[in-house]
Amino acid sequence: MSELDLTKLIFGRLTLESIPYHEPILIVTFVMVALGGLALLGFITYKKAWGYLWSEWFTSIDHKKIGIMYMVLAIVMLLRGFSDAILMRIQQAWAVGDAAGYLPPDHYDQIFTAHGVIMIFFVAMPMITGIMNYVVPLQIGARDVAFPFLNNFSFWMTTSGAVLVMASLFVGEFAKTGWLAYPPVSGIIKSPGVGVDYYIWSLQLAGVGTLLSGVNLLVTIVKMRAPGMSLMRMPVFSWTALCTNVLIVAAFPVLTAVLAMLALDRYLGTAFFTSDLGGNVMMYINLIWIWGHPEVYILVLPAFGVFSEIVSTFSRKRLFGYASMVYATVVITVLSYLVWLHHFFTMGSGPTVNSFFGITTMIISIPTGAKVFNWLFTMYRGRIEMEVPMLWTLGFIITFVIGGMTGVLLAVPPADFVLHNSLFLVAHFHNVIIGGVLFGMFAGITYWYPKAFGYKLDPFWGKMSFWFWTIGFYFAFMPLYVLGLMGVTRRMNHFDDPSVQIWFIIAAFGAFLIAIGIASFLIQLVVSYRRRDELRDETGDPWHGRTLEWSTSSPPPYYNFAFTPRVHDMDAWWQMKEHGYKRPEEGFLPIHMPKNTGAGIILAGIATVLGFALIWHMWLLAGISFLALLAVAIGHTFNYDRDYHIPADEVAGIEANRTRMLANHV
Amino acid sequence: MSGSNDHHGGDMPHSTFKGYMTGFVLSVILTAIPFWLVMADVIKDTGMTALVILGFAAVQIVVHMIYFLHMNFQSEGGWNMLALIFTSVIVFIALAGSLWVMYHLNVNMMPGLMKEYG
Repeated sequence: MSELDLTKLIFGRLTLESIPYHEPILIVTFVMVALGGLALLGFITYKKAWGYLWSEWFTSIDHKKIGIMYMVLAIVMLLRGFSDAILMRIQQAWAVGDAAGYLPPDHYDQIFTAHGVIMIFFVAMPMITGIMNYVVPLQIGARDVAFPFLNNFSFWMTTSGAVLVMASLFVGEFAKTGWLAYPPVSGIIKSPGVGVDYYIWSLQLAGVGTLLSGVNLLVTIVKMRAPGMSLMRMPVFSWTALCTNVLIVAAFPVLTAVLAMLALDRYLGTAFFTSDLGGNVMMYINLIWIWGHPEVYILVLPAFGVFSEIVSTFSRKRLFGYASMVYATVVITVLSYLVWLHHFFTMGSGPTVNSFFGITTMIISIPTGAKVFNWLFTMYRGRIEMEVPMLWTLGFIITFVIGGMTGVLLAVPPADFVLHNSLFLVAHFHNVIIGGVLFGMFAGITYWYPKAFGYKLDPFWGKMSFWFWTIGFYFAFMPLYVLGLMGVTRRMNHFDDPSVQIWFIIAAFGAFLIAIGIASFLIQLVVSYRRRDELRDETGDPWHGRTLEWSTSSPPPYYNFAFTPRVHDMDAWWQMKEHGYKRPEEGFLPIHMPKNTGAGIILAGIATVLGFALIWHMWLLAGISFLALLAVAIGHTFNYDRDYHIPADEVAGIEANRTRMLANHV
Repeated sequence: MSGSNDHHGGDMPHSTFKGYMTGFVLSVILTAIPFWLVMADVIKDTGMTALVILGFAAVQIVVHMIYFLHMNFQSEGGWNMLALIFTSVIVFIALAGSLWVMYHLNVNMMPGLMKEYG
């Protein structure tokens, strides 16, 4: 074999040319990321924390720790996705008329694609999965999820997708196709580079994680509820989590299949989505939206659940219309499968199809509207406490209603023909995703933070974050509605018409306000950590909560509940408090628990290498890593040392500690 | 379904040798008939043959679910049935919807192609 062939076999398409050292922006970014990364690694080494991180976190199968790791991943990726946003805002405010800005189209296209992919798959998805992971088992009175090892594996697969996306920044390029990579532009002829392959494999790896965690949480909710917790006594957040996971399990295989077909087109020359040889490009668009629309509800339903918990807690009232809330959630779950065509009204489906999907889209706003009224009626005559989670909730209600109304506007096909592909659309979906999902997650983080860490978040910086985010949001996106009505299309990196510039400058100003909002959030984490003794929560129930998670200590013991609680009512913990519930202080039994394992992180690590090898056509490495993946997976099935019992003495010790803490407090 | 912790589907129908044999024989019959339909060219219209085969496939799915997966209306407290109904609804929506949408797109955007298909 000649030397050239050997190099190709080992390195595939990867050459030194693939490293973008001629792009100053990327080099500066790389240097900063590298320095930051080295500093972090150095700090961990200096603190001798590697062993601790490995044994207590990376290999942990505790749903609470996995939930927190999901949140860390989401926040790190939020910074990356937001940097992309700022880059775009500066470019668009700058590049008008003669000015070309600082981002060439080639780079700009990668940025908006990466922004969309990262924000949906690696910020919003990990955030909702993280919160569900943390809260659901506690809320339903379970000791962990149904498949604890699978949970760890799912998390690392999601991370592995994120790692590939980050790698594309410095090795090669990312897709320039927009976040859904429509063919033919994502086909091998128009995109011969590695960008789309990075896109495909990072989403496929993360998709494995999402799907498995969906199965896991679904089984957990169906099978592991505490005795007495019938479905109609289940907290609303758990209900929304149930419906979201049903949607995940039903929708994500479609994404996997459609991306697999795109990969076959690119790698093996099949013709699923080509314009000739009998392929059909529109089938890709059709299928990806059959996944894509339920995805929107996958993201927003858990946020609805968070708001429901918060509204009733801080209004000191039972949630208004619990049953209608549940039915609305279920109706949204089914209807979310009946609206996908509204994402491509203008692509030729004709009046019958368009009116059907236009009407279903309008119908889906009815259960959503019912929810808004339920939240309002819960607050009506309640004793509202304006804590930070409640602020986020109020900000959400106002912002989300505006976004919902522009959504109903876009649901009218003739209006969509005018507004499609414009900045009006961009403003609309940011309006619902930021106003709905992101506000919901910040509300949830603030609400459950004391449960997870044992101290509340500092309210001053929380309020700063809230106001900067909210005002920043309006500054950043209201101008885009105006621009959309003026006819400005999305994904442009230069504008000829000088009259649009002022609106883009306002939008860029808004983005900087949001930057301050994000910074405030990070400062809030640091400040709260330093003030943790003043903010300490010793009761485990800092907000006078209503659901079972507040019956545990903050943070909960790793077995969650020494005795499985019995549920007699919805708002189980509230009812227990009303009836003078006494914590059992003796008679503890050994608790059967699963053991930590490194198999998840090792499998996901090998999967990352496999993905990288497939992207760069390194066939030798791909083959080896695939075999390694199989070997480790099979090897793990022979691990019989999977569980242990926490001795009754240890449980008694932990519970006695809590008894002392509660006594101190009173 | 309350109190279902550590509860391993005790309400599943029991698997018996007779059950497995019934399932096996039915599956063989339901596979042999479509095979014969194609090999012996029984129905002249290929489209019709395809439809009949799909019909047999659907029946076979049900046979597998009952005899091999031990599902019935009550198993797992009705969750199996609910999941099955939900899955069927979603699959129906996705398939029927895609056919409808793609047909319209082809008629409107690719008139030449539709002529080719007759």
